[in-house]
Amino acid sequence: MSEKNIGSVLVLGGGISGMQAAIDCANSGFYVYLVDSSPSIGGMMAKLNKTFPTNDCAM
Amino acid sequence: MSLEKCISCGLCAEKCPKKVVNAYDEGLSKRKAIYIDYAQAVPLKYSIDPDQCIYIQKKRCKLCEKICPTGAIDFEEQATQIRLRVGVVILTLGSQAYDPLKWDTYGYKNSKNILTSLEFERVLSASGPYEGHLIRPLDKKEPKKIAWLQCIGSRDVHIGANGYCSGICCTNSIKGAILAKDHIKTLDAAIFYIDIRTYGKDLERYYNYAKNDLGIRFIKSKITTIEPVNADGNHLLRYIDASGQRCEEEFDMVVLSVGLKIPERSKALARILDIDINEYGFARTTSFEPVETTRPGVYVCGTFQSPKTIPSAVIDASAASGMAGSLLAESRWTNTKTLEHVEERDIRGEPPRIGIFVCCCGTNIAAYVDVPKVVEYAKTLPYVVFAQQNLFSCSQDTQDEMTQIIKDQGLNRVVVAACTPKTHEPLFQMTVSKAGLNKYLFEMANIRNQCSWVHQSDMILATTKAKDLVKMAAAKAVLYKPLAEPEMKVNQQVLIVGGGVAGLEAAKNLSQQGYVTYVIEKSGQLGGHTKKLYKTWQGEFIKDYFDNLMDDINDETQILYWLNAQILSVEGSIGNFRTTILSNGQKRILSHGVVIIASGASQYIPAEYLYGKSDRVMTSLELEQKLSNNTDFKSYKTIAFVQCVGSRNEKRPYCSRVCCTQSIKNAILLKQMDAGRQIYILYRDIRTYGMREDLYRAARDMGIHFIRYNNDKTLQVTQNNDLIKLEFTDIVLRREMVIETQLLVLASAVIAEEKNSLVKLFKISQNEDHFFAEAHVKLRPNDFAIDGMFLCGIAHGPKTVGESITQARAAAARAVTVLSKKSVSLLGTVAYVDPTLCSQCSVCVSICPYYAPIFNLKTKKAQIQHTLCKGCGLCVASCRSGAINLNGFETSEILDMVKSIL
Repeated sequence: MSEKNIGSVLVLGGGISGMQAAIDCANSGFYVYLVDSSPSIGGMMAKLNKTFPTNDCAM
Repeated sequence: MSLEKCISCGLCAEKCPKKVVNAYDEGLSKRKAIYIDYAQAVPLKYSIDPDQCIYIQKKRCKLCEKICPTGAIDFEEQATQIRLRVGVVILTLGSQAYDPLKWDTYGYKNSKNILTSLEFERVLSASGPYEGHLIRPLDKKEPKKIAWLQCIGSRDVHIGANGYCSGICCTNSIKGAILAKDHIKTLDAAIFYIDIRTYGKDLERYYNYAKNDLGIRFIKSKITTIEPVNADGNHLLRYIDASGQRCEEEFDMVVLSVGLKIPERSKALARILDIDINEYGFARTTSFEPVETTRPGVYVCGTFQSPKTIPSAVIDASAASGMAGSLLAESRWTNTKTLEHVEERDIRGEPPRIGIFVCCCGTNIAAYVDVPKVVEYAKTLPYVVFAQQNLFSCSQDTQDEMTQIIKDQGLNRVVVAACTPKTHEPLFQMTVSKAGLNKYLFEMANIRNQCSWVHQSDMILATTKAKDLVKMAAAKAVLYKPLAEPEMKVNQQVLIVGGGVAGLEAAKNLSQQGYVTYVIEKSGQLGGHTKKLYKTWQGEFIKDYFDNLMDDINDETQILYWLNAQILSVEGSIGNFRTTILSNGQKRILSHGVVIIASGASQYIPAEYLYGKSDRVMTSLELEQKLSNNTDFKSYKTIAFVQCVGSRNEKRPYCSRVCCTQSIKNAILLKQMDAGRQIYILYRDIRTYGMREDLYRAARDMGIHFIRYNNDKTLQVTQNNDLIKLEFTDIVLRREMVIETQLLVLASAVIAEEKNSLVKLFKISQNEDHFFAEAHVKLRPNDFAIDGMFLCGIAHGPKTVGESITQARAAAARAVTVLSKKSVSLLGTVAYVDPTLCSQCSVCVSICPYYAPIFNLKTKKAQIQHTLCKGCGLCVASCRSGAINLNGFETSEILDMVKSIL
């Protein structure tokens, strides 16, 4: 199998886009490595109180 | 720290003697050197801050290691290098908030009552430093007046700041002001801005609500200075307002609406990965490959690509997954792991044998509830044959022990009295499955969150309550029966409604991923509006891109399309849809597993400003077409653009997003053709978000005239021979103006069809502006609320070609998450109807948010479609005949729970 055809994906960054990319890749049949520099995932969004325009809790 | 061993009991942090500034709370609170960032953190495991840990710094302490009940802390642990072999890398490095200390114009450093917008998020948060009370950091008093200052570190080419627009801060400040007013009703909130940029879906309505309904003040201005007033923590803002007047006003609190920027370490990583970044450090991409970096196989999404909102970041992320899927399609499922399947034990005919595990959760439960007493009590309950206490039920060794006990004791119902099913039910369900029991033979009693944590002052009463909770759970479990999770095959074909760029890009991606797609287009040709466009804002030729796309579509044998097509009916649900279409007089039935709606939108045909009456007045789209056809504009020495034609008005209170950038881009092109030509752009707010701001700045530098007009007052347009005369009030100069122009370009709105037939056919909904409504505006922007249905392009909301391409690939990726599994496993806890009791009232049909109940025309009774039911119970509660029941929450089970404690 050629180098590019390894069925695994590395996602660098565990913020909202990293988490979504990881979930979608995993649910599409790829093994995912999700790497983040901090002890927990969530990134900037995890700091937000609520989100616009619905004022839903960011958590 | 060992992630496997840490059970997040928190003893380590309790004993840790080192208090440090809490970066999660933006420095507004303290935490310990061993910590978790927040209660909902994933993974919920403690970690040591090596820069602050006394042992790591000074080689003494180790208190945490001594106190840890599971031996999770190992100070000898060394960092290890891991080599990973992967097919694709997705970069989601994110961004950080601009640091106002870099160029402290506003005295942020020395005033506690000047906060950044991120600090203000923490102030408002219930988990923040003030437990959600809106108070001033200096004196902990409630503020009476708060000012938000926009564009801090953004749209600013001075040293230390960034030239681009951060895109999110306007709406974020509006949110801050709305929430602040929710905390303090009498609060005077004022937002000082350059342009309000609420260009995203539903955001203009949010702005109007803040301004008109809540009385939040919006002041277009340039702040000159902020100075402290005495020592009471107030500040005096000096500013120049829109009319050039010098003004000043005092505020109790000031929020600096800081922009986003790329941290240095991300730029360094980009160099290591050998991908190009732009002058600001964002990953370089093109409009047509919006998530592809300059290195093949390396994709980018989120704010590392450009500043963006959460839904845009989520769309990017799914798009990157779509790209990974197309590149690695042949390796799908080659590296994934499959859970070991344990054969299910048949428990039919067995009397209930209940086992109860009572968790101490370290001291979380055991300190306030007498766990041994609860265990003894549990043993006395009917059908209970086993009970024991666990120190930590969720730890791996306890899980293994429980599996063994279930087998050894021949248990056929399991109750765990511990924390919340929200986080731990799936884990324990897996434990019982491993022991060969159906996962629905498990019940949880929450004796932590709903008992020990809330009754810490009275152990006797807390213990009594814990006993009651266990008794109820056991009473319910007695009646449990195994529930099936039927597997349903998923038809591998995809139906795409709409053959514009969004539909075609989705089809192309799906085809590359190995799926057959059916594209149906109602007009006589593919391409939609894209065919009329000339260049992107980044200067790329759209025609070249489109020609290539059409070649790809025609080369792909797995894409079938029908023109002049109309949908007659849609049947079925996720996995198995049947859609009947009529194309060129021929009827055809298409079977497919999922649906992508990419039906587009149209251009507003102006009824105003002489449109259609003068050949010197045209829309932006018509100008694009003329530019594309190399029309000669030499004779036009003056050209005027009018923005927001049909947008941001009473009838259509939304922003069409694309028009500011489009007009500016075309104005620049026309100016470049003839530098002597006078070009005027009449605007309300210029909304060149992200890197588009550079284009706006370039246009101003080239001498294109930007004039603010007020659309509330009439803009008079008349024609005098070859000249179009514009008469209006310039709201900066506050005087009547007249511009005579040879050509008038109207930036007309993007509009969605109000009575769209797709709404009824597919049972999908629209927002107030008639664009289709997604499942969740933040987190599921590509999905409909109905399973197996996805959305992309301008049918979702106005967007550029590049943004439509991104969302098309995202919708394709989301569709693949359904298709790739080949079958869907349905929920066990679904509703069912007893037809003998159904009185045919149809309330369930009308109340279900997922369209699961249908009225069976043959039996004349209601029927629940298992594939669509989410087990919410709305139909059960609303059924006046008591004909509907919910598996796992049967009326008999609930009543026995209640009876047990009466």
